[in-house]
Amino acid sequence: MDLHIIGLLVENKPGVLNRVSGLFSRRGFNIESISVGVTENPDISRMTITLEGDEKVLEQVIKQLNKQIDVIKVTELKEDYVERELALIKVNASNPDERSEVMQVADVFRANIIDVSKKTVTIEVTGDQEKIDAIIDMVKKHGIKELAQTGVVAMNRGKKSIKKGEENE
Amino acid sequence: MKGAEAVIESLKKEGVEKIFGYPGGAVINLYDALYEEQEIDHILTRHEQGAAHAADGYARVTGNPGVCVATSGPGATNLVTGIATAQMDSVPLVAITGQVPTDMIGNDAFQEADITGISMPITKHNYLIKDPSKLTKVMRKAFKIAGNGREGPVLIDLPKDIQNAEINFEYKDVDIRSYQPTKKGHPLQIKKASKAIMEAERPVLYVGGGVIASNASKEVRKLAELTMTPVTTTLMAKGSFDENHPLSLDMLGMHGTKSANYAITESDLIIAVGARFDDRVTGEIEGFAPNAKVIHIDIDPAEIGKNVETHIPIVGDAKKVLKKLIDRIKEQQVNKEETEWHNKIERWKKEYPLSYDNKGSRIKPQFVVEKIDETTPDDTIIATEVGQCQMWAAQFYDFKRPRTWVSSGGLGTMGYGLPASIGAQVGKPEKTVWDIAGDGSIQMNIQEIATATKYDLPINIAVLNNNYLGMVRQWQELFFDKRYSQTNLPQNPDFVKIAEGFGAEGKIVEKQSEVKEAIEEANSSSKPYIIDFRVEKEENVMPMVPAGASLSEVIDSEDLRGG
Repeated sequence: MDLHIIGLLVENKPGVLNRVSGLFSRRGFNIESISVGVTENPDISRMTITLEGDEKVLEQVIKQLNKQIDVIKVTELKEDYVERELALIKVNASNPDERSEVMQVADVFRANIIDVSKKTVTIEVTGDQEKIDAIIDMVKKHGIKELAQTGVVAMNRGKKSIKKGEENE
Repeated sequence: MKGAEAVIESLKKEGVEKIFGYPGGAVINLYDALYEEQEIDHILTRHEQGAAHAADGYARVTGNPGVCVATSGPGATNLVTGIATAQMDSVPLVAITGQVPTDMIGNDAFQEADITGISMPITKHNYLIKDPSKLTKVMRKAFKIAGNGREGPVLIDLPKDIQNAEINFEYKDVDIRSYQPTKKGHPLQIKKASKAIMEAERPVLYVGGGVIASNASKEVRKLAELTMTPVTTTLMAKGSFDENHPLSLDMLGMHGTKSANYAITESDLIIAVGARFDDRVTGEIEGFAPNAKVIHIDIDPAEIGKNVETHIPIVGDAKKVLKKLIDRIKEQQVNKEETEWHNKIERWKKEYPLSYDNKGSRIKPQFVVEKIDETTPDDTIIATEVGQCQMWAAQFYDFKRPRTWVSSGGLGTMGYGLPASIGAQVGKPEKTVWDIAGDGSIQMNIQEIATATKYDLPINIAVLNNNYLGMVRQWQELFFDKRYSQTNLPQNPDFVKIAEGFGAEGKIVEKQSEVKEAIEEANSSSKPYIIDFRVEKEENVMPMVPAGASLSEVIDSEDLRGG
């Protein structure tokens, strides 16, 4: 199964996220992650959805999303695009050695330490899924107390944009 | 102007003349605004489900959106089956529900139900109005969405305080940036399609409910005659193509004709128009038209490629696309003549007509349907309940005109026919209306006879009474070793007394010789009329494609006897 990233522009209204996620569960599509936020136009929100499925599933997902009245624009992001995810990782670190080891790892990954307590260190890391998986793997041995991830946000590189996606294709 | 009055004024602006509904606490303001209303007739049903189906039946026969109204909570949830029925059959419907006041929403207030949440998957779109200034805009959008593109139901949830709010009434057209359905077909695709049609040796037109919705029956006939293409209709498209036309294959699918199912199987080109390759139509999908190219014309791009691979997709309105296609083919001035394909189809039609064994002492249900067909004009509206009665009505009544067939195809809603026939009669008061029912399904909304009586609607109901939930019994007979689990209805009520109790008329008919006379009596009665036909108890709907089999494996009674 392939992983696809879909960018959506939707009306910034209550219930729209519910419509989109409801569509996925109703039609048996698998969402890996979904993230939502308002765009430069306060009336419009942008969603990024990652989903698993073959080309046929992807085509149905895009068509069914387009059918939703509150969905303004749907595009698959492929090839020339950037994606980022953010994760907060709270790691056990109850002595100076552990703390400095965790900090070193964070440094290598260009992650930030955003909170330190007597027993824990909290790392903030951004990147693609692979990078986040890698840092999680590195600090796992200390014991992860808590992990929060945002899901993917993505957009096309360069002048190509979701709004004008059609014109450029 | 109050919000409630603005709703009524909006309905008038939309040209609405009839609405179906049931009052309650959360719509009391709306009903107050209706109290002295002259231009809009309100039909009070006896159950909100009846109101939704009646509005749906009204929409199917008139082509205009049906409107139904219910109160919050149970009123709204009672609409749900009706809304889902309309959604599955793409019927334009606007449902208006009352809601508890905005400041109480979410508090589990008395008669509160989250109807926008509940109806989200069964509506084309829905609205909860929280800002009175948006009310008229939402009304316009609702009608625009319901009746545009692929039609469907739209629900508007209207809190009590919004109905009571003071608003400036202004009714303007609105632009919906995110909803711009493609109506004109792509010229290049139309060109490709015309080429494929001209080159095809064994083409079949497979016509669905979209042809009724876009009023494209004339275009279907023109295309069929011009290209000598045989036509099969789905259950939803009944009436879009005259079933007595030499090119008619009648219905395809699970209970379709053998000739239609064989033609599809041997075809080299399927021209699907406004149809969605439903599982009841295709049978086992691999076996559906295995040698055919597929042209798929549909207003809804999501239907294209959903179930079968499409070679030439054309997104657009059926009528518009067919017109262009016909023009294009005419330009080429190629004469299509009768070929071996037509002879073959003719042979199938002769060899496998829809038939039944009219022996035995009891009335055959198919015989009743034939007699209704014989004694009524061509523009008669036939509504049905769901099950065997529905299939016999589809098979043994010859439909000739669009918008004369009113039946729940997609959702298969028992209890649909009676309220839908009420809506149909309201929409077409001059026409004869029949509801062909079973003894099971008629009992699901039988209270609506009271509505028919109250408004002097002379609908007729044929109960094909076999004391069974017949379709399930048929499956139990064929696939579950005759274990008739919970499908026996030995103690049906006295339908005639029920009719009389509601102020309608009724009759029991037990002899074949009395069938025709009774039907004629019902036709000429000015009251709602129920005939309780005591029919053969274990009659089956044939032919039949067993679930999971392909269309070529269609069986009829003779195959069963032989096997």
